[in-house]
Amino acid sequence: MELTLWTYEGPPHVGAMRVASSMKDIHYVLHAPQGDTYADLLFTMIERRGQRPPVTYTTFQARDLGGDTAELVKRNITEAVERFQPKTLLVGESCTAELIQDQPGALAKGMGFDIPIVNLELPAYSKKENWGASETFYQIIRTLLKDKVNEIDKINPHRWRFLGRRPKVNILGPTLLGFRCRDDVIEIQRILSEQGIDTNVVAPLGSSPEDIERLTDADINVCLYHEIAEISCEWLKRNCGMEYTTTIPIGIKNTINFIHEVHEKLDLPLTNKGELENKSKLPWYSKSVDSNYLTGKRVFIFGDGTHAIAAAKIAKNELGFEVVGLGTYSREMARQVRAAAKELNIEALITNSYLEVEDAMKKASPELVLGTQMERHSAKRLGIPCSVISTPMHVQDVPARYSPQMGWEGANVIFDDWVHPLMMGLEEHLIDMFKHDFEFVDGHQSHLGHTATNDPVNKETKQEQSNISIQKEKSILWTESGKAELTKVPFFVRGKVKSNTEKYALSKGLPEINDETLYDAKAFFG
Amino acid sequence: MSKVELNKETGPREVFCGLTSIVWLHRRMPDAFFLVVGSRTCAHLIQSAAGVMIFAEPRFGTAILEEKDLAGLADAHEELNRVVNDLISRRPEIKTLFLVGSCPSEVIKLDLATVAQKLNRRFSGQVRFVNYSGSGIETTFTQGEDGALKALLPLMESTDDEKLLLVGTLANNVEDRFKKIFNHIGITNVESFPPRQSTELPKIGKNTKVLLTQPYLSDTVRDLKHRGCEIIYAPFPLGVEGSTKWFLAGADAFKINALKVHEVIAPLANRARQALEKHTEILRGKKLFLLPESQLEISLARFLHNECGMELIEVGTPYLNKDLMDEELNLLPDDTKIVEGQHVEKQLDRVRASSPDLVVCGMGLANPLEAEGISTKWSIEMVFSPIHGIDQAADLAGLFSRPLTRNQILTSKTLATH
Repeated sequence: MELTLWTYEGPPHVGAMRVASSMKDIHYVLHAPQGDTYADLLFTMIERRGQRPPVTYTTFQARDLGGDTAELVKRNITEAVERFQPKTLLVGESCTAELIQDQPGALAKGMGFDIPIVNLELPAYSKKENWGASETFYQIIRTLLKDKVNEIDKINPHRWRFLGRRPKVNILGPTLLGFRCRDDVIEIQRILSEQGIDTNVVAPLGSSPEDIERLTDADINVCLYHEIAEISCEWLKRNCGMEYTTTIPIGIKNTINFIHEVHEKLDLPLTNKGELENKSKLPWYSKSVDSNYLTGKRVFIFGDGTHAIAAAKIAKNELGFEVVGLGTYSREMARQVRAAAKELNIEALITNSYLEVEDAMKKASPELVLGTQMERHSAKRLGIPCSVISTPMHVQDVPARYSPQMGWEGANVIFDDWVHPLMMGLEEHLIDMFKHDFEFVDGHQSHLGHTATNDPVNKETKQEQSNISIQKEKSILWTESGKAELTKVPFFVRGKVKSNTEKYALSKGLPEINDETLYDAKAFFG
Repeated sequence: MSKVELNKETGPREVFCGLTSIVWLHRRMPDAFFLVVGSRTCAHLIQSAAGVMIFAEPRFGTAILEEKDLAGLADAHEELNRVVNDLISRRPEIKTLFLVGSCPSEVIKLDLATVAQKLNRRFSGQVRFVNYSGSGIETTFTQGEDGALKALLPLMESTDDEKLLLVGTLANNVEDRFKKIFNHIGITNVESFPPRQSTELPKIGKNTKVLLTQPYLSDTVRDLKHRGCEIIYAPFPLGVEGSTKWFLAGADAFKINALKVHEVIAPLANRARQALEKHTEILRGKKLFLLPESQLEISLARFLHNECGMELIEVGTPYLNKDLMDEELNLLPDDTKIVEGQHVEKQLDRVRASSPDLVVCGMGLANPLEAEGISTKWSIEMVFSPIHGIDQAADLAGLFSRPLTRNQILTSKTLATH
């Protein structure tokens, strides 16, 4: 049993719903009690979908449990098929139905429908949302293609040449409730078509069962999100030899690497190599003198595996930040995130507890947090600027404007989204510096909101912070000159300077900290 | 009994389960913690319905069952003890801990009552433990509050003092207002349940007269009767008419002359009717379809028809307690179509066929209906907004007139959606 106050991922059947709702002509009969219908609002409210998710909930009640819940399942399947006329039917169960073992998938298969039926077994007590989405996508592909892959020859990725057509690829992985998937797909298709590469199928987002059946018309697959599509790409590789790309095109360097990888896999010569560097404004914006102050900014990163790893690479190599924390809630991606952290000489944080993340964030004392909506809240409490880079989705993560994370435009979006909060942080510093000047308007509101007076949460945090500082001051004495010097340190490094100086003083056995001690400590730690 | 048309329907539903009521119960009693014993689905449901990210540490959580908990119940009880211990040591401010059963915990027959009993002995004097079920196989949405209140009754001491007890969660400002009005009417000993602090439970007994503020409290009412309380049957205090009759029924139980009530209420009622007018102008003659969710639907239909002039196409309710709703049903126009239960697909067919001007529905259905050009009002707002009482009548009407006004401003009936 695990105490959970808030969770980054929903249950696996919500992942299945993400895939089903992303697709056309598909229906999902979910053996589940009435409360599980809450999941519809994720799509209709957060994504602002104008259609209901294509899901029928069997809505069994306590009084049904003594009787024949299997009959109830069959009745719902019959009604759903008749009403929605799906071309493929998904059948599965949520956590409670898993316990009563009606095996709805097997029941459905015995009902004599002439449409493909995908039996989804998603263990609700050990797996989570992204796993459920990945498994569902894989099972759909397997069900719809398993006969065909036995009949066709292995797919040669260079075959477009002798077939006398442009090369074409599938883009696999984007779903509803995935971070900026809607726009990433457009950006990647645009980039590929500039290179003379056609898109065969995008799936699950916007695809139909017929589209899945013609996945094998493409020369290679583009795996856009490992969490959702890697298992499917692997199956297609194993069963029909389809190669797939593994580079995630987020950031300039990886967008370029991605384009290289696609060309290599297709054996397509890359003719515009020189142009690629100039497709996005990020490299120049990052080089321009204005960005000098970005150098070595301490950044803490937490999110899903794909976006966290990508963020770490961009932060370090393209913006010149120092990554002081990297973590993910995607256990399936733990290995890759650990490897990325190791390259940065830090230890990865793999957890599903937002409180652990908040603690790690406090300890790392970053100047910028890149995280989920939850980290945005934690950072706000700590007074640290934050930009959101990952699911779980919030209505703000579905902006009206075109706002991809991938490709050239994605890099532009990332530059703005990450740097603007930092500039606001700088503004904060200036407010702090000039607050004693006579021009300063009293009551200037901070964009971070932590100066608001009627916020009980922040009051608590502040209370807590002052308790901490009182405790620390008990252990070692700060002289007036020491305190005065500390107030001159910019606010965003003050906490770090304070704890470093105390550490230094303790290690040297000093009885008190004065202004000189601060400079000694500064020299000591470099 | 009135001449309304009562129907029952079964089939796939689109409603929240009883766990959702934690979202307003934890705000009402800030010294209580609600620990759901359930699955990741339960945790995800509550955070999705509540948008809990605004809290540093929310006053509710889920003990998520894992595979090993399903293998043996003895171990599951042990595990739950461990989770509770951790929670109490981290949150020493908790005074009452609700162990809330869920669909999976009910199906595996986790005995939360026994767990609560044992914990009560161990933490005696520090934290009180009660248990109830908010499972979706037994409860719908607001029925979770019914379970929580019923669970608190055994903790309430007995008294023979005469008092008026208002039962059902109210917004604090509405509660204050109700107490003040009853004081003016001449009833001085007015208490309310659930209280603002979980430890300050009212005493009850044979001279306690219960006036319900919410219609969804069937089980609580039954147990209050067992404790000797007198239940005052009345329409619910929504709108001027409902609230007036509600105050009158309360006064009558205390043998206070109706004239006295009218004297106190008349100026408020006049003011409220004036404030209602601008909404009534928009709502009059408009066709209303209420989908089942909160059990407030019948009272809302009565208000929107009698005071705002709306036409009722269909009034859905997840559950109909005829005793508690009798007074309300009598106020509805003849032949009002009431449907208890739901077959969401068939009901949506009827929605489309009847081309309503406004549909009251859950959040899962609102945007899809809007995309079809049908104006909607989400029912969850009724349980979060202060809508009770005469002073709030215009605000309540405003919840329904706003989508229509907005629709008029934006003109085009069908927007392109993605």
